[in-house]
This record gives sequence, structure tokens and C-alpha cells, in this order.
Amino acid sequence: MNQKDLLGLKELRREDIETILDTAVPMKDIIKRDIKKVPTLRGKAMVTVFYENSTRTRTSFEIAGKYLSADTVNLAVSTSSVQKGESLKDTIKTIEVMGFDLMVIRHSMSGTPHYVSRNTNMSVINAGDGTNEHPTQALLDLYSIREKKGTLEGLKVAIVGDILHSRVARSNIYGLSKFGCEVRVVGPATLMPPGLEKMNVKSYHSLDAALKGVDVINILRIQKERQQTGLFPSLDEYANLYMLRPEHLQAAKEDVLVLHPGPMNRGIEISSQIADGLNSVINEQVTNGVAVRMALLFLMMGGSKNEVAN
Amino acid sequence: MKLLIKGGRVINPSSGLDEVIDILVEDGIIKAISKDIQVDKNVNIVHADNKIVCPGFIDLHVHLREPGFEYKEDIASGTRAAAAGGFTSICCMPNTNPVIDNAAVASFVKERAAKSGVVNVYPIGAVTKQQAGKELAEIADLVTAGCVGLSDDGKPVLGSDIMRHAMDYANMFNLPILSHCEDTGLSSGGQMNEGYFSTIFGLQGIPDEAEEVMVARDIMLTGLTGARLHLCHLSTAGSINLVRLAKKKGLNVTCEVTPHHLTLTDEVIEGYDTDAKVNPPLRTPEDIEALIVGINDGTVDCIATDHAPHHLESKDCEFNLAAFGISGLETAIPVVMSLVNSGKIDLMRMVELFTVGPADIINLDRGTIEVGAIADITIIDPDKIQMVNPQNFYSKGKNTPYKNREFRGWPYATIVKGELVASEGIVR
Repeated sequence: MNQKDLLGLKELRREDIETILDTAVPMKDIIKRDIKKVPTLRGKAMVTVFYENSTRTRTSFEIAGKYLSADTVNLAVSTSSVQKGESLKDTIKTIEVMGFDLMVIRHSMSGTPHYVSRNTNMSVINAGDGTNEHPTQALLDLYSIREKKGTLEGLKVAIVGDILHSRVARSNIYGLSKFGCEVRVVGPATLMPPGLEKMNVKSYHSLDAALKGVDVINILRIQKERQQTGLFPSLDEYANLYMLRPEHLQAAKEDVLVLHPGPMNRGIEISSQIADGLNSVINEQVTNGVAVRMALLFLMMGGSKNEVAN
Repeated sequence: MKLLIKGGRVINPSSGLDEVIDILVEDGIIKAISKDIQVDKNVNIVHADNKIVCPGFIDLHVHLREPGFEYKEDIASGTRAAAAGGFTSICCMPNTNPVIDNAAVASFVKERAAKSGVVNVYPIGAVTKQQAGKELAEIADLVTAGCVGLSDDGKPVLGSDIMRHAMDYANMFNLPILSHCEDTGLSSGGQMNEGYFSTIFGLQGIPDEAEEVMVARDIMLTGLTGARLHLCHLSTAGSINLVRLAKKKGLNVTCEVTPHHLTLTDEVIEGYDTDAKVNPPLRTPEDIEALIVGINDGTVDCIATDHAPHHLESKDCEFNLAAFGISGLETAIPVVMSLVNSGKIDLMRMVELFTVGPADIINLDRGTIEVGAIADITIIDPDKIQMVNPQNFYSKGKNTPYKNREFRGWPYATIVKGELVASEGIVR
């Protein structure tokens, strides 16, 4: 992997994804150690800039950097000069001239990391932009699936929920498609984007039909505000139609994996029996998220994958 | 004051003329059109060998931004952009500050244009006060002050009742209503055309129907009122079909398309190019095909630029925050010439869409080359190859998705009332 930025999985090659996933394997071992610190990125500086709320993604990047001995700083956007009307471009320049090597950015508007990338020499990692992509979430999903299934090749994966507004869904579709997975999406017609057939994705409105024979179910978080804009009638009706419950798993393969990017709305898109059940890898996804982000930081600020095991 | 345009291929759609012939201009009026006109030594001669000589180009849809937004454009810079781009007459939209919704502002624009402008400027008045869609503007006053049409451009007139009243009222003055068709509920929050690419780029889409619902409504209201309806910047195959049907029924409908909707698709937004963010949005190859069919079968009446200059900061930002609009006056001719070069549009038809087409819509006594006519003349060099460099624009708006693209066929000279105001892209 040899690139300045990670803006999305759309433009990433399969080989690059494999390199990241392979590099994440030894990283996960570091997390399990008693002394969770390696000196690999000592002297490197990274900043996380989150224009949208986040718990796990931001913390995950921060701790990933710290385990690798990078200096990590969080820019608290709500207390920064942004509130005084500073433009994004000026904010980026200001950060850059402090000497940071890498910026992790989350923004509510699609394409903002691309704009940032054009305006800085720092490496840029997209930590979620609007309804476009969330590449590190998809990478950790791919990692979690590969770890359990041994391979990604040819798996059937169903993504459930608000596909229209989901950057997680888009990044997963791009990533999974590169490994020959059959990707299905299921949700109400009002939450489906146009052009899915052109992306080689099958869309369903019935959960039972979509889950037939699948190896993986990835449940998306439903944003409660969507109901207020007329996209579905009520959270109860949504739960009736799309909350993943134990009976739904019968249609899927016996060893089906259940993923959720979090934070979960228990009782709306996922039942607790599923979230805490045997098929769920939801907690492990979070650990894998740290490992994958360590791998990325290492590859983008450090060196080649051969050095990592030391 | 005499001027001889010598040796050019004259194309005049209103008479069907297409031949190499000379034009003699005297005191701003065309005096003679014939072969090998001889003149005294002291007469200025424009040598037009291998050039195309047309009636002066007219643009019905320009945002000059003055008064109120002079940092984006003003009448001096906007009319220079027009002259450099080969236009001799432009209509300016009323979404200024204050809005051109009363005679005082319309007169101000006319006076500024006379003083600091270099081409003819015809203001379009607002349909409603403040373009708020509530109460009719003082339309009779606007007519007296020189407005040639009415529009709330940028904002649609959402209430069907107020649109109906506007049409009935405007019809007393034989004034066209230039309608910006957009159902703002369907387009709300939209950033680009809704379709495969909006999904791929993760940007909220604007469906074709946001435009077509209002095109259909306005056509129906024209059926009801008999008023003159001109539909602005149509972008979809569906809109063109609706206009074709309306014309077949004999309704009083005309429409315009823009150079960018004729040549660019939603795919060019790739990489989040804010210069390609425009309303209505760039559509699909099928829509382009339909617009060109509409041009060739007479459904489309004119090409207008929807020149929308913006200041750098309005485009150098996050995509969702970027302003809609393209600075179009200085690229219109080369862009449309690319369709002529590729055989999609006939040259005579192109000239018609820029001259007699728009002139008829606003009842302008221009757009033709004949003895006795006002000497507004646009000369095109069909062989000149040049790259678009927005830094060389006269317009303050450098926002163009055509930056660094090469085109063949550029304006050679712009003559307004017998005066050479621009030649080879340089305004005098």
C-alpha cells in the first residue's frame, strides 16, 4: 500500500485492502499484550478532527495511535475557532503548520475529506463523510468477517436498514464487492438509494427473503430523525419489519455472523437476544477496529508490512 | 462613423442567408449587404475571411449581481464578459439586493448599464415583491422602466394561484414570464442529479421530477391564462417532452437550454468539483441526447447561459456549502461550437438559438442582419483552438467546470451598434 490518503474503499485496490487486513493481524496481538505499546511511530504526530459526534471511532483512532507511540491530539471542534467562523481550509492549514503528519477527519458533508486532501500535504484518513463513505468501519467489518470465516471470497452478505443515508453500507458494498461477495441490501423503499443494480447489489424489502442463505448480516443504526422527515411511519413499524430477532436467523446459514457498527438502538434495529447472542461479533468488531486503525496508521506513517511483527 | 465587415461568411437565420458577403455599417445601422463593397481609405475594416458573421448574440439569462453583490460581479465586469464571449445583448435576472421588483431598481440597472456597460442590458423584473412569491411586483412600472420579462429566477413561484395571477396580469403587457421550474420540496437538500452517481458520491439527489412537476404546472397555467410562458434552463428529457406536447397543442410556450446542460453530465462532479455544482443539476447522457433532439426538432427556442458568477470562497469549500452556478458568458460559444463541430447541431440552427430565437421571446428588434437593422454583430473564428483559462475571464466569477478544457471555435469580434467592443477575446 503506497498512498497518501485513505478517502474511501471505492478507489482502493483489493491488494491494498489485503495488505491492511494482513497488517492488522499482528496489531491485534499488541492490543492483547500486557504492555500495549510499540515504538514504531515515535516522533510522528496525528490529529483527529471530528465535526460530528463519535465515541468509538475517535477513541479507536486515538488509542491506535498511542499504542504505536504516535503523538495524538484531538481537536474539539465545538470549542475551536470553527465556532468563530474560521473556514475549513484555514483550520486545515493551521493544523498542518503545527507539524502534524496525519489527519483523521469526520464530517457531516460528503466529499469533505477529498477537499481537505486537496488542500494539505498531511495524510488524510476519512473517518466518515456525510452519506459517502466510512472506509475504516468497512475495513474492520471485513477483518471481522475474514477472521471468523477464514476468507471473504464468495460470501453472501446482507446489509439491513437505512441504505440511502449510510456511509457504512456504501463502504461495505465497495469492499465486499472487491472480494467477490454477493451483497444484498434490505430496508424500506424510502431508504434505498437509486442505482443499486448498477452496483451489482440486490435490494429487498423483506427481511426473511434477504436473509436466505446468508453468511453475514450487517445491521445499520437507524437514525430516529429520519422518521420525522416522512421516510417511515414510526419506530414501532420499523421494528416490526426490520428488527433482527432470533427467528430471522433460521433463514440464514447456521454459522451466520451478525455485525453492527454501533451505537446500537436495542429494540429498534436489533433485539438484545441477537446483540448478545452467539452469532454476534459486535464487541469484537470494536477491538478489531483498533487493530485495523493501527495497521492503517502504521502503513501510512511508518513503513512496509514486513517490519511490523518486531 | 462607418465600418466594413469584409469577406466573412454571413449566417442570418431570419432570412436563411448563408454566403460570403460584405456588410457596411453606418451610424450604428446596417447600410448595405453585398459582394465586394468598396470604401474610402478612412473607413475601418474588419477582415472576416474564414470567419462566421452572425447577428449579435443575445443571452436571456444572466446574473449581473449589481446592485448588492458587486464582489461577485458588477455591470461593468459582467457586460465585458458578455462582449468577450460574443454577446451583444443580455438580460439580467432580478435576484439582486435590492431585488429588481420596482421601477427604481430597474432604472438604476439601465442607467448603470448605459454608463459602465459595453453591451445592451435588458433587465428582467421580479414576478413578486422581494421574489417572495406572495404579492405581485408592480409590473406595469417595471415595463415602463424597461423590463422585457418577469422572473423570480433562483426561486420558483410556488403558489399556483399567484403564478396564475402573474400570468394574467403580465399578459396585459404581452410580457413573458421566465419560469425557474423547481418543486423545492422534491429538491430540498439536493446537491446534484439523483441517480447512480448521487449514490456513488453519497450526495443527496435532485430528481428530474423536481423540475418536471413545475414545468407541467406552468404549462397548464398557460393553457388557463393564455399568457406567454418561457421555461428557463430545462435540463431533463421529461421537460423537453412536456414542452413538445404543449407546443403541439398550440400553447404559448418557449424554452431555453444552457451550454452546460448540453455538454456535461452528473459524472463530472467526481472528486467533488464544486464548479460543476449547478441548479438545475447536470443530468445524464440520455438527457443531453433529448435536449439535442429538442434543439433539432424546434422544441427548444434558444440557448441561454444562466451566467452565475460567484466569488472564490463560495466555491472553495465543502461541497454542500458551495454555491450553485457556473460562470458561462465566456465559454458559451466554444462549448456550443463543440456540438456543431461534432455534427450534433447545424451551424445555422446554433446561430438561430443565440439570435432570432431569444429576440422573439422578449420582442427585441435585434437578432437579424438586414439593411436598416441595428448593427449588433457577432463574428466567430471557427478554427481557433484555445484552452479555457478562467483567470483570463473578464467576469469576476472564475467558477467554470470547463477550466483547462480545449475548444475549437471562439468569438472573434463583437460589434454593438456599429462599434467594435471586443476582438479576439479582448474588450476595447
